[in-house]
Amino acid sequence: MKTLNLEAGPTDERAPAGPAAPAPPRRKAPRNRTAWFLASVLALLLASALSICIGGQPSSLQEAWHALFTPTGNVMDVTIRELRWPRTVLGICAGICLGLAGTLVQGHTRNPVADPGLLGINQGAALAIVAAIAIAGDLPALAQALLAFAGALVASVLVFMIGSAARYGATPVTLVLAGAAVTALCSGLVAGIVLLNDQALDTLRFWQVGSLAGRTGVLQLVWPFIAAGVVLALLNIRALNALALGADTAVSLGISVLRARAVGIGAVTLLAGTAVTLAGPIAFAGLLVPHITRAITGPDYRWLVPVSPFTGATVVLLADTAGRLIARPGELSVAVVLAVVGAPFFIYLARRKRLQTL
Amino acid sequence: MVSVLLVLATVAAMALHVAFGGTPMAYPDVLRALLGDDSNTRIHLAVTEFRAPRMVAAVVVGACLAAAGAITQTVARNPLASPDLLGVTAGASLGAVTVLVIAGGGHAGLSGLAATVGMPAAAFTAGIASGLAVYLLSYRRGLDSYRLVLAGLGISGLAASLTTWILTLGDVTSAAQALTWMMGSLNGKDWETVRPMAISAAVLLLAAMSSGRWLLLTSLGEDTAVGLGVRIGVVRLVVLALAVLLASVATVTAGPVAFVALASPRIARALTSTVIPSVGVSALVGAIFVLLADTLSANALAAPLPVGVATAVVGAPFLIHLILKYQRRLS
Repeated sequence: MKTLNLEAGPTDERAPAGPAAPAPPRRKAPRNRTAWFLASVLALLLASALSICIGGQPSSLQEAWHALFTPTGNVMDVTIRELRWPRTVLGICAGICLGLAGTLVQGHTRNPVADPGLLGINQGAALAIVAAIAIAGDLPALAQALLAFAGALVASVLVFMIGSAARYGATPVTLVLAGAAVTALCSGLVAGIVLLNDQALDTLRFWQVGSLAGRTGVLQLVWPFIAAGVVLALLNIRALNALALGADTAVSLGISVLRARAVGIGAVTLLAGTAVTLAGPIAFAGLLVPHITRAITGPDYRWLVPVSPFTGATVVLLADTAGRLIARPGELSVAVVLAVVGAPFFIYLARRKRLQTL
Repeated sequence: MVSVLLVLATVAAMALHVAFGGTPMAYPDVLRALLGDDSNTRIHLAVTEFRAPRMVAAVVVGACLAAAGAITQTVARNPLASPDLLGVTAGASLGAVTVLVIAGGGHAGLSGLAATVGMPAAAFTAGIASGLAVYLLSYRRGLDSYRLVLAGLGISGLAASLTTWILTLGDVTSAAQALTWMMGSLNGKDWETVRPMAISAAVLLLAAMSSGRWLLLTSLGEDTAVGLGVRIGVVRLVVLALAVLLASVATVTAGPVAFVALASPRIARALTSTVIPSVGVSALVGAIFVLLADTLSANALAAPLPVGVATAVVGAPFLIHLILKYQRRLS
């Protein structure tokens, strides 16, 4: 056991790499990124097909095709059209949000272990909704979605402020710890509120376990927010590439750091908030997806940002399908599957020799 | 001097805890009932069968968690290395819940052998497994504080997620019961469940308090300890096992009550102005913390809330304070 004091803690390696000495490229970008991009689209199609075909009553691809494009109203058609297809669409949307939000969070914090779920954003959204219902009674779904955004925004700003109070900005460990503290605070308050208020408890059941089962109505309502989040994310690409060289370099490259951060936090809030309204609190997807995507595309955000929605949707769909397969005849919620896969990966990242900043 | 004052404060907090409850009673009546006056059967029953065991449970939980925190923080030489951040309480909770669901406790809770032996054993096994996993996973040519904390948070997240899932598998349908295992709660404690925990806690706390010299040695660092002729590896292993046992006893009693193990040793250290927190003083601080938190959360609002709500709401700002403090020192 060597230096265990936090005083001697983690930031040493974060001494600002001066703009004069640009870091050597960490990973060579794969040669044919277009092919990889197409492969990720193909993977998503495959995952969607699996998600539609696998269930309590497995169906063949022909049956799925029949149900989706030339339905005649037999049992399998109804099963697929009413249950599985909406669930697949929901999974895709949640995956797009989570993957993109994770990429943006990791990009802005330059922190490889950042994840909207681990940074308290999910619990912030849940707290806002539960508190409003306890005060104002039942709320329409649109109001709930807006509240989720407000809660997600407050929580993320709070976590970033706590985590980056030092001069050199947030270090990986303080940011995650700040996320743990805010998560604990919010879940404590949520638990307190729902035990005092039955109506809030009914709403919370919905939030407690991240799952794709039975929440299809929300989608028609929130798709504009997803679209807005995606647009903001795309607008953020140039700034993200510059920020990856450090804030000082970004400024000298003519990027307004403040504006870039505002756009980034706006996008993360919209995307993470939407993901919570769609699928409840899901952690670790936002952690896994950027790493998988980075392995495919390399660290250039011009590729990372467009590809990560596809990988995100694929990861969420596969996790959901795996949960249905593993725990038959019941099902394992997508959040549990992702935690079982994501937590070891999180620890693997923490174990790396130096917790590299991105 | 501090210890005497803390003992007095603990007694006062215990009195406060017993004095408040669901049905209002005159304080002299409560006192008389405690002293064995059973002329008013209703009050006697309420005090001795409901309030007293709950009060004892609060003391057990607070003292055990705080003592465990004092040990782990000293051994790891890291103010953040407490059982709740290192995944031990989350793991212990997972173990307890697994037995609860497999043995089919459901609404009535467990009884008999499964409750007195099975659940504590499972909680201890799972707690020690998570603690060991965190230790091994963060060990890489020495321990690093940030790796330790990150691995702990990862294991905690995994265990909490699995606990949620197992709860949905079993017959644990009432939200209140599920919250016990997610947040930590002292609701509905009776002597049958509290007594064995109180006895184990007393034994473990005595052992932990007599390990003070060892703790001081481990806190001096590896080289000094070896120079003094201490087998540091063995010492460390024994005291850490003790800490996991203490945390498991607390978790079996009340679920994963957050932040007691993190905050109490820090407060104890500030009170006694020592370099390492004294186990005994920490235990007293923890007992007061949980007693007051439970009194508050059970009585302040319209419905009784689990104690974990109060400790989380009070403790999270404390963790934020710790983060900010060390963050500042870094820059």
